[in-house]
Amino acid sequence: MADAALATAPRTKAGDAPLLVVKDLQAWYGESHVLHGINFDVRQGEVVTLLGRNGAGKSTTMKAIMGILPKRKGSVVFEGNELMHLPARWVARTGIAFCPEERGIFSSLSVEENLMLPPQVRPGGLSVEQIFELFPNLKERLSSQGTKLSGGEQQMLAIGRILRTGAKLLLLDEPTEGLAPVIVQQIGHTIARLKREGFTIVLVEQNFRFASSVADRHFVVEQGKVVDMIPNEELEANIEKLHNYLGV
Amino acid sequence: MFELLGIPPQALFGQLLLGLINGAFYAMLSLGLAIIFGLLNIINFTHGAQYMMGAFVAWMLLNYLGINYWWALLLVPIIVGAFGIVIERLLISRLYHLDHLYGLLLTFGLALIIQGLFRNYYGISGLPYSIPPQLAGGQNLGFMFLPNYRGWVVAASLVVCIGTWFVIEKTRLGAYLRAATENPTLVGAFGINVPRMITLTYGFGVGLAAFAGVLAAPIYSVNPNMGADLIIVVFAVVVIGGMGSILGAIVTGFGLGLVEGLTRVFYPEGSAVVIFVIMAIVLLIKPAGLFGRTA
Repeated sequence: MADAALATAPRTKAGDAPLLVVKDLQAWYGESHVLHGINFDVRQGEVVTLLGRNGAGKSTTMKAIMGILPKRKGSVVFEGNELMHLPARWVARTGIAFCPEERGIFSSLSVEENLMLPPQVRPGGLSVEQIFELFPNLKERLSSQGTKLSGGEQQMLAIGRILRTGAKLLLLDEPTEGLAPVIVQQIGHTIARLKREGFTIVLVEQNFRFASSVADRHFVVEQGKVVDMIPNEELEANIEKLHNYLGV
Repeated sequence: MFELLGIPPQALFGQLLLGLINGAFYAMLSLGLAIIFGLLNIINFTHGAQYMMGAFVAWMLLNYLGINYWWALLLVPIIVGAFGIVIERLLISRLYHLDHLYGLLLTFGLALIIQGLFRNYYGISGLPYSIPPQLAGGQNLGFMFLPNYRGWVVAASLVVCIGTWFVIEKTRLGAYLRAATENPTLVGAFGINVPRMITLTYGFGVGLAAFAGVLAAPIYSVNPNMGADLIIVVFAVVVIGGMGSILGAIVTGFGLGLVEGLTRVFYPEGSAVVIFVIMAIVLLIKPAGLFGRTA
């Protein structure tokens, strides 16, 4: 499969140059080579998912984009600027926000402190009131210890706090993992709402039912490579193929 | 006058005051150690030497440049803190990816070098540093005599400790510090400059030790071993309070100072070991320390 051709496939409605272009991204954990050349692109205002089995390299791709992994090569271009030589704190400052799989709620900080922690990197983030409107639960629990929240509330806090920063590209690593269906639904609504507000979102998902309800395109990751791209409207037609990829 | 358990009150309160003074130094030093350990994961064995440098730099400012005690209180923490920052950038920062043990060895070695240099140039007999004239004399409280300078030391260290606690637990800056202590990678991924925060935190902890050194200069004689003698007890205080706990360091510091003072009244032979006995008991019963969070 020609990865490069996939990456630039003129598939989406939003016209212009892609917001994020990832080319031949490779990364290592210590000595072990985990990403063998990830290629994909995300257009302004799009929601895309990275689908794949456990250990395929989806989360690693996000960490490599953020610059959290020390050993990586290839190219990550955001708004026309190459990010590969930047440390994580500068990647964040260009307007990319990352919500890790383990959520990263700080136990020594209150809910409010967790919410206010990420500094604003650009103007135009959501106000605290808008975040409470999305996640009313948080408002009730502001003075609680961050990790005293339920799993769902912690996920809301983890997403909510990066909406304040003004980042326009959100990398959400398995936001629905381990959550009750009603909470998954609420997170789905939130992602749809954020898309309407102009956020661009990359989602790592195992739950492809959920993925199909929110995303425009799906990139299939297998053994550290993007092996396929399926537009959401063609998902039904490709369901067999996808089952094969995911091994479900 | 009344007697308490056969102890004259002057002796009792005198020892309690002495305990409180020692406790003030334990608290300030263990607070700096706790902050540094929390964020850097380094057991700063140079802490005692940096406290000693605080006293020496105050002495040098006075004797070579005529700069008085009050200016020294302000300038010495900055000077010694800056020295700490250079050490962190040049040496300690190269060890973060290695085991704790390397940081401990490095800072221990640095302490020996610094103490050796001062011993070489200033000898071990100790240099006098007089109490500032504004704080000479004392108050007769009826049940005891309180030298003004000693009252000042307790008050100043309380203010510094509570101020530090407030900044760490109640402010935005403190929230960054606590978050980076838990998960520096994620804090960095939010766009915060964690390496700079680490450097400044080390500088602050060292500055705190130097501040304690200036406060100590008029009480204890300024000599190259003053930190080495104290730091062992301070490490015991940190272990009892719980590694990395801010409030724990302060409360345990003052508390153990008082316990030591009381022991000196009721069982003088035990006063040198009482803190270590308590440390052993705490380690047996609550290994994370009295205020430690068990992760």
